[in-house]
Amino acid sequence: MKELFDLFFAFAKIGATTFGGGYAMLPVLQREIVEDRKWATEEDLMDYYAIGQCTPGIIAVNVATFIGARRRGTIGAIFATAGVVFPSIVIIMIISAFIHNFAEYPAVQHALAGVRVCVCVLVFSAVIKLAKKSLIDAGTYAIFGAVLILSLFTGVQKFVWVIAAGIAGILIKVLSGKRSAESQGGPEK
Amino acid sequence: MIFLRLFWEFFKIGLFSVGGGLATLPFLYELQANTGWFTVEDIGNMIAVSESTPGPMGINMATYTGFTIAGIPGGIVAVIGEVTPCVIIILLITRIMKKFKDNKYVQFAMYGLRAASVGLIVVACLQVAKAAFLDTELYSATGSLTDLFSIPAIIFAVVLAVVYVKTNKHPIIYIAAAAVIGILLKM
Repeated sequence: MKELFDLFFAFAKIGATTFGGGYAMLPVLQREIVEDRKWATEEDLMDYYAIGQCTPGIIAVNVATFIGARRRGTIGAIFATAGVVFPSIVIIMIISAFIHNFAEYPAVQHALAGVRVCVCVLVFSAVIKLAKKSLIDAGTYAIFGAVLILSLFTGVQKFVWVIAAGIAGILIKVLSGKRSAESQGGPEK
Repeated sequence: MIFLRLFWEFFKIGLFSVGGGLATLPFLYELQANTGWFTVEDIGNMIAVSESTPGPMGINMATYTGFTIAGIPGGIVAVIGEVTPCVIIILLITRIMKKFKDNKYVQFAMYGLRAASVGLIVVACLQVAKAAFLDTELYSATGSLTDLFSIPAIIFAVVLAVVYVKTNKHPIIYIAAAAVIGILLKM
């Protein structure tokens, strides 16, 4: 029971401090889930993000479900998901009930401008940490570069690139495995 | 039964919107046209509030819409509807992954997927950076390069980056501090 509540509170903390899309929760997620609680590794997080891009629904909810399910099965998934949506529900209801034109208040605008800069810095430093675990050789750098350029300069849906990257991963590994097997003269593992 | 209908409408949105909060927008416009539960101006308002409050945008929009239509229970039902397909699908994937995690082709695919994830996060980060550091409106009005870059924001980012690397405290502390500094400096 204790771990279920811990799942709820960890993800509530993440939900309450995420400004922007699913990527914006990365710094807090990395701290709370990978570094402090060790519920997942950095590689796991990247897997969840990739799968989250290709499956329906909100990425934050996908990640919460993955980690909740991994710790405590279906009930864990439900507690983690409830945690990540809980702050939104409370905050949005209070704002829409009591504060009109919330987004137009100058203080809100200024605070958000500051937060945007901060999220940028935090996500960027989180990405550097994650890249060390995920970009490990020429193949992964090539996939990373291709995805970066293609999604910046084309309007194609992101999940297309994720699926292409999965296929590219299989091809690169299979081809390089064959080549090294040939050069060693030994059978392929 | 308004609650069943709400659940069902947001279940569909959760099921068919792939890739983040803004992907739910076309569905909200359709819901508006079909039900008249809220106005087109309401949608503009929802986006503004969702973007300026913490939490995943899709969840913020579902809460706002449900709450506008049917109060507190409405907001809760809409959120449950939105997350249900997502939770079911991920639970299924978790089962499949457990079974195939030692399969070498799955591992090869993951090797490619992780690299793609890093790329997509960098893209998302660049998009936020554009909003945070560039003033494209002012630039197109004046045509002066010094107006394109928001110098205070860039200085603030550099200072934050240095402080973050040196102190390495919990990210929440920096987010809260940045909000306060944003207000004080009228960024």
